[in-house]
Amino acid sequence: MTLTKADIAKKIADDCGFMKGEATEIVEKLLDIIKARLIAGEDVMISGFGKWTVKAKHSRRGRNPQTGEELILDARRVVTWKYSPVLKKSVNTGSSESGQ
Amino acid sequence: MNKSDLIEALAKQADLPIRKSEEIVNLVFDTMSKALIAGDRIEIRGFGSFMVKTYQGYVGRNPKTGEKIEVTEKRLPFFKTGKELKEKVDGEE
Repeated sequence: MTLTKADIAKKIADDCGFMKGEATEIVEKLLDIIKARLIAGEDVMISGFGKWTVKAKHSRRGRNPQTGEELILDARRVVTWKYSPVLKKSVNTGSSESGQ
Repeated sequence: MNKSDLIEALAKQADLPIRKSEEIVNLVFDTMSKALIAGDRIEIRGFGSFMVKTYQGYVGRNPKTGEKIEVTEKRLPFFKTGKELKEKVDGEE
């Protein structure tokens, strides 16, 4: 099964007493806030869940694995995410620590 | 940015009381955590996706003593950045 944005919005509508449209808008806003911070190069850490970090990668020589041709990969910025130790534990024991 | 900053920013953006914003932010990450705990994927268009990878257990050795160690199976969540976010993060200085 896959959890989507619509599923999250439905959960908010059901549990927090919003109309579906309102809940969808709130989820969009929440995601936009996180995105904007990452685009600005800032890290975003959610305790108990994980941390997004923006990393700068140097340019380097690479190869096209199909043709073996050498090429220069430009310097770039990438987003990485690391699970929190709490989430790692829950994923392995199959139980969530609720109420934070 | 941490969770409290996010709660504050959302309260402002969505014109919500802090309490309500806190409830929502907690619920969102709680829902996402539960999906991963159940072994489900999470797919958020334009943002990214999460999945849980399972690593099989194996018998390892302590390189110093040569002692055998049983490494048990483990599951770890991963995030793959979505196309739109990936391009935007790389696009602006």
